[in-house]
Amino acid sequence: MSALGNIISKELKELLTPSAIIPIIVIALIFGSIGSSMESIQEGLEEKPALGYIDEDNSKLSSVITSYLNKNTEVIFNSTDISEKSNGLEQVKEKEGIALIVIKQNFSKNILNDSRGDIELYWIMKGGGIFDTVSSEVLEGVLYSTNQEISKILIEENTTVNSSIALWPANRIDTTYFKDREIGLSPGAISSMLASQSTFMPIIIMMLIIFAGQMIISSMALEKENKTLETLLTLPVKRTSIVTGKIAASAFIGLLFAIIYMIGMNNYFQGFSGFGQMNLSDYGLTLSNQDFILVGVSLFITLICALALCMLLGTFAKNFKSAQTLVFPVTMLAMIPMFITMFFDFDTLPLIFKGLLFAIPFAHPMIATRALIFDNYLLVVSGIIYVLIFAIVTISIVVWVFKTDRLLTGSTRRKKIFGFRRMKFNK
Amino acid sequence: MGVIKVDNLVKKYGTFEAVKGISFNVNEGEIFGLIGPNGAGKTTVLRVISTLLTITSGTIKIMDYDLSKKPNEIRKFISYLPEDAGAYKNLTGRKYLTFIANFFDSKDTQEMVQKGIEIADLDERIDDKVDTYSKGMKRRLLVGRALMTEPKLAILDEPTSGLDVLNAQEIRKIIKNTAKQGTTILLSSHNMLEVEYLCDKISLIAEGKIVEEGKPRALMEKYNSMNIEEVFTKVVK
Repeated sequence: MSALGNIISKELKELLTPSAIIPIIVIALIFGSIGSSMESIQEGLEEKPALGYIDEDNSKLSSVITSYLNKNTEVIFNSTDISEKSNGLEQVKEKEGIALIVIKQNFSKNILNDSRGDIELYWIMKGGGIFDTVSSEVLEGVLYSTNQEISKILIEENTTVNSSIALWPANRIDTTYFKDREIGLSPGAISSMLASQSTFMPIIIMMLIIFAGQMIISSMALEKENKTLETLLTLPVKRTSIVTGKIAASAFIGLLFAIIYMIGMNNYFQGFSGFGQMNLSDYGLTLSNQDFILVGVSLFITLICALALCMLLGTFAKNFKSAQTLVFPVTMLAMIPMFITMFFDFDTLPLIFKGLLFAIPFAHPMIATRALIFDNYLLVVSGIIYVLIFAIVTISIVVWVFKTDRLLTGSTRRKKIFGFRRMKFNK
Repeated sequence: MGVIKVDNLVKKYGTFEAVKGISFNVNEGEIFGLIGPNGAGKTTVLRVISTLLTITSGTIKIMDYDLSKKPNEIRKFISYLPEDAGAYKNLTGRKYLTFIANFFDSKDTQEMVQKGIEIADLDERIDDKVDTYSKGMKRRLLVGRALMTEPKLAILDEPTSGLDVLNAQEIRKIIKNTAKQGTTILLSSHNMLEVEYLCDKISLIAEGKIVEEGKPRALMEKYNSMNIEEVFTKVVK
């Protein structure tokens, strides 16, 4: 082999290590899954939304709307009798429709008399995620088009209707049924409001976990690289104190970083949010002090859990460089629930995905905010208990690893007892 | 009084047997040397005695405490200096010594730190960050750290490894003086001259076994040798 070939071969062997390849593959997979998600949204946009309507007015202008709906949507209920409203709502819910549209009496008459005709929209909202509101966004488009159709007729027939009414003849009155609540807003508005509150949390949690995790893994790796760990382990200090001390210090710095980021991100989101003028408490979409405490508890326990997990991974770190690779699984465990909770509502996920999301400890504070807005205390409290158990078990494993040879030698001595292999450790 | 009693110690890493049933005793105030080539098992023995590694089989008693059962008790009166030990780079020498001293139930932590500073003999550089120290300075700081606690047993793995003649000499003097004050010292080395100068008793280790044991002078006489290096060569051959 030539000298050049020899150098290239050596460089390739050094650069193409699993620690270099795996992150690239996983990032590619993540982008791939985001692409698939976007495709699903696109498919959702192309599907006809299922709905019901009651044409109480039964006039020429209202028939413009109903015929447009018949053509462009899947109508699962229709009537002209307002007393059928409850029945209509039931049917829409049963058949998994997204709304019941009621064209109110005097719709045409009002428009022709220079005031807007009322349309009541009763939305059935299943979840607050981006994916959950795709079909309602499609219906929004349909409703916009019906307005256009009526405007066209009014203009073509040279009516004397005021121009502002002619351009926007229908007056929408939104009511959304969402998680046993009746909210006077459209699903899109609710989703955006929820996003302004609950999108913030997953990003902060993800950053917090990655920062604090990186710190503790690096700390373990540096102890090994600088050869200070051996000295520490021979000092008269309990292994539990070493583990707890490292976790506590990283948790403190992690929280400090999170607060700094939270302030910056909060300003960022406020700058972009168009809902500054809306008072969320008017719709009961805020967290009480008790809720904030629960979110805080969930966040704190999750942080401890993440640090314990990182410390466990840190025991595998040979040096500072290898520590950077070990952060990767934790990063993934933080990013996956972040994306899921941003796109989907926990309640609308298929059971298997609910189980998987619940199993990821870092997902719980991300789920908690939205769950608490809708008083789902069972989910939040059970999540806290689960993460607490996960954290205790992980810390116990870390302390146990600290008592074995594994920390220094990368292996543990096993002794066969009653047919099982048992690891021996120092107390 | 016996400070260390090692009886038929075996240490395995997986299937590899690093230490193959060695036994030795070290008395109070003695400087005991484990001598052998690289990979003989010296460091493994020291790591086991300093409670870092578990025992595969055999028993070790330190000051009559069973090492397998009471490692936390043993840690109170031992001090271990690994061969390639480091200190926290972002701390100054003084802060590093204070950090270590705080782990001990001493009435006067500052007194302990002062002793460490005297042993390390780094003058005003003691207040500089460890990161700025030369190898010799770092080693002196670590020796100061190991001996400032006035341990009953100091376990020193290659204490002068990689040091220049002057620094090595300085550290040997410190070890000798510490032993005179009653500290028992267990050290490993492949520097045979150092061993001859320092140790009251030595064990020669090869391939995980003790192949010879005794006082350096007595061994030289037994093997009709000029120095321990010659003894070692004759024993191993």
